[in-house]
Amino acid sequence: MPAAPKQAPAVTVENVFKRFRTPEEATHTLKERVLHPLRGHGHREFTALDDVSFEVRPGEFFGIVGRNGSGKSTLLKCLAGIYGVDSGQMFRRGRMATFIELGVGFNPDLAAYDNVVLNGIMMGLTSAEAKARYRKIIEFAELEDFQELKLKNYSSGMHVRLAFSVAIQVDADILLIDEVLAVGDAAFQQKCFDVFHRMREEERTILFVTHDMSAVMRFCHRAVLLEHGKVVALGEPREVGDLYMDLNFNHQAAQAQQRGARPGNGRARIVDAWIEDEQGLRHDHVRTGTRTTFRAVVEFHEAMEDPSLTVAFTNEQGQNVVIFSTILEHDRTGTFQPGEPAAFAVSFENILAPGRYAPIANLAHRGTGHELIDRWEKQLSIVVVGYGPTAGGIVDVPCEWEIGSGSRDQAIESSA
Amino acid sequence: MAAARGVLDRGEPIRGPSAIGGDLRRTATLTIVIARTDFKLRFFGSVLGYVWQLMRPLMLFGVLYFVFTQLIHVANLPFYGVALLLGIVLFTFFSEATGGAVTCVMGRENLVRKIQFPRMVIPMSVVLTACFNLALNLVVVFIFASISGLTPRWTWLALLPLVLLLVAFASGLAMMLSALYVRYRDIQPIWEVFLQALFYGSLIIVPFETVVQQGHTQIAHILLADPLAAIVQEARNLVVGSAYVAAPRAIGGAGWLLVPIAIIVGTCVVGWRVFNREAPRIAEEL
Repeated sequence: MPAAPKQAPAVTVENVFKRFRTPEEATHTLKERVLHPLRGHGHREFTALDDVSFEVRPGEFFGIVGRNGSGKSTLLKCLAGIYGVDSGQMFRRGRMATFIELGVGFNPDLAAYDNVVLNGIMMGLTSAEAKARYRKIIEFAELEDFQELKLKNYSSGMHVRLAFSVAIQVDADILLIDEVLAVGDAAFQQKCFDVFHRMREEERTILFVTHDMSAVMRFCHRAVLLEHGKVVALGEPREVGDLYMDLNFNHQAAQAQQRGARPGNGRARIVDAWIEDEQGLRHDHVRTGTRTTFRAVVEFHEAMEDPSLTVAFTNEQGQNVVIFSTILEHDRTGTFQPGEPAAFAVSFENILAPGRYAPIANLAHRGTGHELIDRWEKQLSIVVVGYGPTAGGIVDVPCEWEIGSGSRDQAIESSA
Repeated sequence: MAAARGVLDRGEPIRGPSAIGGDLRRTATLTIVIARTDFKLRFFGSVLGYVWQLMRPLMLFGVLYFVFTQLIHVANLPFYGVALLLGIVLFTFFSEATGGAVTCVMGRENLVRKIQFPRMVIPMSVVLTACFNLALNLVVVFIFASISGLTPRWTWLALLPLVLLLVAFASGLAMMLSALYVRYRDIQPIWEVFLQALFYGSLIIVPFETVVQQGHTQIAHILLADPLAAIVQEARNLVVGSAYVAAPRAIGGAGWLLVPIAIIVGTCVVGWRVFNREAPRIAEEL
């Protein structure tokens, strides 16, 4: 544990266990109970949280990370007091607010005012506080002109804006935030992240549940990694991130093995692929704006003329953000002999926005159709780390701003 | 380190969900806000709003009144119409509060799964909304009574504690039913049938006096063990007057009143216990 906390922790979790019982057969009716009284109460027990302990310091942005089903959401719900724990203890110092979903309990048939008051009270405000804050909330949501409208007549964007401004008006010392909060269009996501940044600067304690490592690296001071309900790592986001990648990698590799067949005709194999930074060091983190190199080693099983290599960088949404191909720039790649390893490398100015990327490499024959020889996918994932906040685009293109006085006409003149 | 941690004040413990959550004020505030919202929605939700709310008991009253005074002569009692309407209004409250409570936790699934709040708020807000309706419906009863020729009396005010007793009975059942429904989904049809039986068994259409006139005194006494019947009987006595026997005499001695009262208290205790026991796990079992 780095540097013993001087202040008392804001949140303490001590040896928490949480089990879920799922009946073997769902006996959801009395009739079944009465008709089959001897069928017993067969329960399958599933341990969602297994001896989880950690402390969160005041003012810390703390990540709770894990793959799907690792118990991270259960932990959040236990912290929020929605689930009770089976054993162990949890403590908090200060007012706590939970953002698992926005606008819980919004009623489409009511106007903004009633919904804001209702939602505010549900989130822990007193009714006087909720009423007093209504102005501020509606102003932040930029919905002053639509107050009389029933919520069902709101666009989804207006709906989310209203919900979000209620949520952030609940001034809590400790915030529990689920990643689902940050879904929605890019502009809204960015607004969320901006608010997170501000809260971070205000030194509020934030517990953030996510499976997005790039968000953890961007925001968190520390993080805890859960796997099968157990704490497997606790500490710096980078260390936790590395372990998380390993977990994912092992999992995906195992899945790939289970699937058995690898795509392609197998006349050659991509035996290794990796990313290098400016210094030529192998890395799974690279910085935005640096020279980055993708390298692949290929082993040929038979002689081959001018095979092509294409590398696509896909982001977490599965979009191909950038694709490099020898077909476009290097049509003749040369002749290769069997048993002879060959190295392919492509260097580029990394303008990818911070986030996680999975490079996919396709090796194909030259000619029409580009018959696939081998594909390297889901075995490599890299994290691009930014310097600071980004505006939320897919790429970070270096740019220069020019701001001065001037009328529209002048601008047209100068461009003409 | 463990020793040092023991000395440290670790702040407030985070507890799981419960019925009241140790915060009676928040429970009350939330109950009132939700009940008011529900009431408002029904009231202003459609063009005729409250008219529809009133329509159900009034239609039922109209049909029953016609059938049992014009077609079958059930009672030769003064102000039978007032007595019938009063009975129907009280029963409508009971049926709305308990019948609505059965599925209420399920209906608010989204809240239960996503927000920490005292679980008791959900069934109690259903009962409170029904109370708002009852208050308005009682006004209609009083207007009808005045039109029928009854002069308003001080005893009408004594209806208030009686109604509170009914609310307590309905609350006990609401807690019990809403908690049990999460586990046993057939509570809903069972309770519907039960309510129907109760409507005919609670001396609402055929008043106590008629049953006695027919010579079934023993049965009439037994029927009054049902708290709903006893409350309706006493309410009729208070509103219409001595033509309807007061509950203590009707049941055959004030001592016997302990039976319906014991049932009400018992229902409240059991309902509270059941709900308290189920409250922490409701979010998981939904």
